[in-house]
Amino acid sequence: MRYLPKSDAERAAMLREIGVSSIDDLFAIIPEEYRLTRDLAIPRQMGESEIVDHFKAAAARNANGYASFLGAGVYRHYRPVLIDTIVQRGEFLTSYTPYQAEITQGTLQAIFEFQTMICELTGMEIANASMYDGSTGAAEAAMMALRITGRDDVLVARSVHPEYREVMHTYAQHREAASGRATREIAYDPESGRIDLAALDEAVTDRTACVLVQSPNFFGVIEDIPAIAEIAHNKGALLIVSIAEAISLGIVRPPVEADIVAMEAQSYGVAPSYGGPFCGVIAAKEKYLRQMPGRLVGETKDTRGRRGFVLTLSTREQHIRREKATSNICTNQALVALMATVFMTVYGKEGIKDLALQNLAKAGYAAKTLGAQGKLLFAGSPRFNEFVLQTDEAPEQLNARLLEQKIIGGVALERWYPELGNATLWCATELTARQQIDQAAAVLAQAPATAAAR
Amino acid sequence: MTTQTEEKFIGTTRKVTAHQTQNEGLSFEKSAPGKKAYRLPPLDVPEVDPSALLGEARRSHNAELPELSEIEIIRHFTRLSTWNYAIDLGMYPLGSCTMKYNPRVNEFVSRLEGIAEAHPYQPESLSQGSLGIIRLLQQCLLEITGMDAITLQPAAGAHGEFTGILLVRAYHQAKGNPRRNVIIPDSAHGTNPATAAVCGYDVVNFKSNAQGGIDVEALAQAVNEDTAALMLTNPSTIGVFENEIHRIADILHSKGALLYMDGANMNALCGKTRPGDFGVDVMHLNLHKTFSTPHGGGGPGSGPVACKKILEPYLPIPVVEQGSDGLLHLNYDRPQSVGRVRAFYGNFGMFVRALAYTLANGPDGLRQTTEDAVLNANYIRKKLEDLYELPYNTPSMHEVVFSDRRQLRNGVRTGDIAKRLIDYGFHPYTVSFPLIVPGALMIEPTESESREELDLFVDAMRQIAREVEENPQLVLDAPHSTRVSRLDETTAARKPVLRWRKP
Repeated sequence: MRYLPKSDAERAAMLREIGVSSIDDLFAIIPEEYRLTRDLAIPRQMGESEIVDHFKAAAARNANGYASFLGAGVYRHYRPVLIDTIVQRGEFLTSYTPYQAEITQGTLQAIFEFQTMICELTGMEIANASMYDGSTGAAEAAMMALRITGRDDVLVARSVHPEYREVMHTYAQHREAASGRATREIAYDPESGRIDLAALDEAVTDRTACVLVQSPNFFGVIEDIPAIAEIAHNKGALLIVSIAEAISLGIVRPPVEADIVAMEAQSYGVAPSYGGPFCGVIAAKEKYLRQMPGRLVGETKDTRGRRGFVLTLSTREQHIRREKATSNICTNQALVALMATVFMTVYGKEGIKDLALQNLAKAGYAAKTLGAQGKLLFAGSPRFNEFVLQTDEAPEQLNARLLEQKIIGGVALERWYPELGNATLWCATELTARQQIDQAAAVLAQAPATAAAR
Repeated sequence: MTTQTEEKFIGTTRKVTAHQTQNEGLSFEKSAPGKKAYRLPPLDVPEVDPSALLGEARRSHNAELPELSEIEIIRHFTRLSTWNYAIDLGMYPLGSCTMKYNPRVNEFVSRLEGIAEAHPYQPESLSQGSLGIIRLLQQCLLEITGMDAITLQPAAGAHGEFTGILLVRAYHQAKGNPRRNVIIPDSAHGTNPATAAVCGYDVVNFKSNAQGGIDVEALAQAVNEDTAALMLTNPSTIGVFENEIHRIADILHSKGALLYMDGANMNALCGKTRPGDFGVDVMHLNLHKTFSTPHGGGGPGSGPVACKKILEPYLPIPVVEQGSDGLLHLNYDRPQSVGRVRAFYGNFGMFVRALAYTLANGPDGLRQTTEDAVLNANYIRKKLEDLYELPYNTPSMHEVVFSDRRQLRNGVRTGDIAKRLIDYGFHPYTVSFPLIVPGALMIEPTESESREELDLFVDAMRQIAREVEENPQLVLDAPHSTRVSRLDETTAARKPVLRWRKP
């Protein structure tokens, strides 16, 4: 086996030095009836070229050469070459969690820069070193709010990513069974696509721990954060803002009124990779520091007064506090956070805005062009790079016709929002070419007259 | 290295020679207005006025991100990288972490365009490659563990524990009562009790016996109708196989409770024995430990959960199934599912790497890997047991745990020895864990170390033992060769500085 650095002679010599006659002596403690005496029934050992061929064949069975208008929580942005160059350095790639600070200053300083940039972008005062992803980050943020307020109700906008809401529900189910208080979903205004402020105002009580909204929301619409914050704060509830499309922060006002921001940083240089690994992160107001889940890097000095960085405030964490920890999270997404850090550094202060502006322009053009072939929903609301299109033709047929032209159209919303009928969620980023948009519009225009499925 | 005025013993560092590293500030400190590392292509659609489109939702001030050129960024991160220790530089014997070689072909195939660019919502007909990777990895992991069903959705080990205990909860709930307690040995990882608490269970801390294992008689007393599960790490955190595992399983099952296995130490078992065969009901794997996906400075991980048939109905949605049309599908229609634990399907990029590793090994390679991991740990044990105290004399599998009892007589603790090991060119072992061993040195060499590297490690540990006897202050002040010396963690926690601010 080519990864194993020993000859059989060396193995034999080592066994002799240990004082056993065969390797099986070292496994003698396993009761005999449980010892595996056959080969595992898995594919045989492959050469490197065979492995590459195996995965090339798999890649060929996925979409290749398609124009894509998919977003919905996973975004296609250009990934500067620098990112992969840096994260493939073995010193970053093959290093462990930086518990031994003296020999992991590279990782630690990079995370410190990550935390700083996330604070700058979100308008929060502190940020952690990453969470698994945006969905689990949202669930952890809600649990954080429950601990902070000591209250037991969670309100979630129905305009939050459906899969994020499902994850929040999974995390909450036993707690809700115990308290008898179920997470309530707040409807969106059918005109604006934003959370229904009147319904929210009615739902918030002095038992509400938090209101969680996503902005830009699942429909691509930017929520009215100051108004939502006022309603939540009036009753002493916290506001959590989930951000799935992090590029928006280049041009969209950061949710400074929020108490906690639960973000997905996939847009910052991370490949779609069929849904992961991504990079969740929780940012918050500093006063909530002690309830923050996950790892934190802090600045300090060494014995000679030189600046250095360490993992800090670990008394919140499971390896110290065990069952009393703020979360059970241990492993995070450090290397993906490093990708995001390089991305944010490459684009920098001006670039992140320029990039966001291009997204705004492309999506604006796409909404106008494709909207002419159907009905653009929530047309009067501010949006970033996604929009909802309602068509006469059923999404399934529409997308089948687009696929014939090697175009992957918008995500059908019916399974989550049946009331929206033939609605699809489209995304255009800086990578979407005008010609692709025009071509998609042309396909839409050819909808068979008989296809009116509504 | 510090110079000593008296002629006390200072070991010879055979693996390393000091060399210079570059100084480097924070990226913000190097920033200057107008420097750029990007250029966007010209816009092929009409420009837009953000104020008109966004109104009050428009951002008024740019975020204070650094402004740097490309060469500065490459140097910045390259310089930082050289301050890290890594598997690629040498042995990384962190017990319980399984810091093995991360094959580069794994990285290569995970970046193939059709794989890296796959969107989770692209049509199933255009995702057959991704679904096939999931399917084959699932089949391999089921065969390796001897279990019946599996989900790859959990993003890390602790997330897998969470998922596994949710399955346990759903199973008991379906019988009318979720039960109240999860029993957790005092040798367990901190994630185990934290997970049980997150899932709404009371934790029953269970004392290990004189051999560091499960006291079967005491367990029989402790398990009752309130017990939902026992969370057991096998081999245990002291690297010992629970040889009465079948009795443990029987005790739990006789009261309707389930056996959860923390698979952190699966590197001791692959190809030699299967948890599904010795009575485990549900377990998680760490693809970033046993299956060679890189730790990346703390993640990403991946924590698949495998279970027996009785728990299959409760697995997270969606599950991958083969349809009558021969194509693979995502099935969301599973009414008894505990729900989703993560958006989409998990850390797919890690599945690609773990599958590449499994294919590179095959059945013979996996077995040889396990054997070499156990061989290496026992070799280190044999070479050091005369100088370092073995708290438990039970046979070691893939890791060996010593204590600092003898070194403590000279005022030197496990953490000090660990810091001194850095000067010898090694990453420290796991310090002060498991908690049942006071002053633990938990050493897991993995299969990836050659005899030469092991001998250098042994030599370093033996020289440090002598330094402790003859020159303890040298060890107490270690490390001496790093860019920074020991860092003030107390102040870091007391007055947290968690972000850079413009001076």
